[in-house]
Amino acid sequence: MQEAGTITVPGAPERPAGAERWRVAARNAFPFIVVGAIWEIVAWAGVFPHRLFPTLEEVAISFVQLTVSGILPHHAIETVIRLLSGFALAAVFGVGIGVVMGRSRRAEDIFLPLVSILAPIPGLAYTPLFLLWFGPGAFAALLLVGFVSMFPIIYNSWTGVKAVKEIWVRSAQSMGADDRRLFRYVILPGALPYILTGLRLGLAQAWRILVAVEMLASVPWGLGWLIFGAREFLNTDAMMAGIAVIAVIGLCLEKLVFQKIEDYTIVRWGMMVA
Amino acid sequence: MNEQAQRRRSIRRAAITLAVAAALYQALSLSGYFPQVLMPTIPTVLETLYAMLADGSMFQHAGATLSRVLLGFMLASAVGITLGILMARFKPVENFFLPLVSALMPIPSFSLVPLFMLWFGIGNTTTVLVVLYGATFPILFNTWSGVRAVNPIWLRAAGAMGAGEHKMFWKVILPGASPFIITGMRQGFLRAWIAVVGAEMIAASNYGLGWVIFDAEQFLQADVMLASIVVIGIIGFVFERVVFGSIEKATVQRWGMVRMAKG
Repeated sequence: MQEAGTITVPGAPERPAGAERWRVAARNAFPFIVVGAIWEIVAWAGVFPHRLFPTLEEVAISFVQLTVSGILPHHAIETVIRLLSGFALAAVFGVGIGVVMGRSRRAEDIFLPLVSILAPIPGLAYTPLFLLWFGPGAFAALLLVGFVSMFPIIYNSWTGVKAVKEIWVRSAQSMGADDRRLFRYVILPGALPYILTGLRLGLAQAWRILVAVEMLASVPWGLGWLIFGAREFLNTDAMMAGIAVIAVIGLCLEKLVFQKIEDYTIVRWGMMVA
Repeated sequence: MNEQAQRRRSIRRAAITLAVAAALYQALSLSGYFPQVLMPTIPTVLETLYAMLADGSMFQHAGATLSRVLLGFMLASAVGITLGILMARFKPVENFFLPLVSALMPIPSFSLVPLFMLWFGIGNTTTVLVVLYGATFPILFNTWSGVRAVNPIWLRAAGAMGAGEHKMFWKVILPGASPFIITGMRQGFLRAWIAVVGAEMIAASNYGLGWVIFDAEQFLQADVMLASIVVIGIIGFVFERVVFGSIEKATVQRWGMVRMAKG
C-alpha cells in the first residue's frame, strides 16, 4: 500500500535508491515545513500576544539554552527513570497476577472481581487519593504509574495463559513434564504474544498518564513538572521545548519499543496486519 | 464438577473476595492507622454519595463532565473519521497528514494542558480541546486502516456491477470499514474519558467530576473523592459496555461483518 504512490515508468532506467530516499525524506518533511511556516506567520503577525505564541527560533534558542545548562536533560532523565521504574513495577505484579489467575481457578475467582472493579476507572482519578495517602512527591507518582499500567498487563497475561491450547498442556503432561517444565516450556511460550501485547499496552498507558501525574504530584524533577511550572511564569518557549522533548521520547517509545514488539508478536502468530 | 456448579462456586468466591476486601478496608479505616479523614469508612462514603446525589451536586458535576467529554468526542469522531477516510482514499492527503499524525500521536494529551491553559484560559474550551486531541488519533488511525483493509474484490465486484463513486462509498467502503471505525471510536472514548478527568483536575473549572476530586484533596474530603471515583467508574463502565456494546450490535453485526479487531 505504501508503494502505491511510486510510479515506475516502463522502460525508464531504474531510479537509484539514494534519490528515492531523498524523495521520501522531502515528502515527509514537506508537511512540517508548511505547518512551521504557518506557525511563524501567525507568531509574527501578532494574532496572539507574543509571550504566549513565541516564534520557532525562540523555542529553538530556549531549547538549546535549557539543554546546555543541563536542566532539560535532568528533567527528561527523571521522567524516563520514573516511567521505566513504574512500568517495571507494573510488569512484575501484572504478569505475576495475570499468570496465577490464568493457571488457578481459585486465584481467578479471587482476583477477577477486584480487577474488574478497579480497571475501568481512569487512572488519573486515583491521583488525589494516592497523594493524600502517600503524600505528594516522587513516591506517590511512581506507585500511581505502576498501579495504573498494571491492569492491561494483568488482563492480557490472564487471557494469554488461558489461550494456551489444552492439548499442548495434556501432551506435555503425558510425556512426563512436571509443573515447572510445563510452565517454562509450554505455558510461558504459548502465552508470550499476549503477555507482550499487555506489556506494550501497559507501557503506553504509563506514558500517557505520567506527564499528568508529574504535574499533579509536584515531583521535584520531571518534564510534566517543567511544562506545568513554565506556565506560571508564562515561559511559553520553555514549555514548547519541554513538549518537544516529550514528543521525541514518545516517538522513540513508539518506534523502538512498540513496533519491535508488534513485529515480534505478529511474526510469532504468523499473522499479517492490514 | 459440572459447569453450573463451577459457575456458582465462582460467584460465591467472588462475593467472598469482595466482602473480605471491604472488611479489610473497613478494619483499616476503623483502626485509625490512617487518619479517618484520609480513609473514611465505607458507610461514610456511601452517605456522602447519597447526599451528593440527593442535593443534585453530583448530577451537576457528572453533567458537566459528560457534556465536555461528549462534545470533545463528537468533534474527534468527525475529524478522525473524515480525515481517516480521506487519507485512505487519496494519496496526496495521506502523504501530507501521515507524517504530522505520526509526530503528534506520541505526545500525551495532558502535556498540552498547560499550553492550552495559556491560550484559552481555564475552563470548557481547554477541557474539550484536550479531549479532542486525546480521542482523535485512535479514531483516525483505525478508520485509515479500516478503509485500506476493505477487500479489493468487493470494490471490483461493485465496480463491475456499475456502482458509482457515491454508492461505492456508502454501500461498500463504509460498511466494510465499520468494524475498524467502531473499534477506533471505542478506544477513542476510553482515551477521552481519561483525558477529561485529567484535564478537569489540572485546568480546574467550577464543575466536573475531575475537578471535584481534585478540589476535595485540598479540603481533605476523602469521602467526596471516593464517591466521585465510584461515579466516574460507573459512567465509564456504562459507556464501554452498554453504549458501545449496543452500537456494535446494531451496526457491525447487522451488516454481517465479523468483528476483526479487538479493542
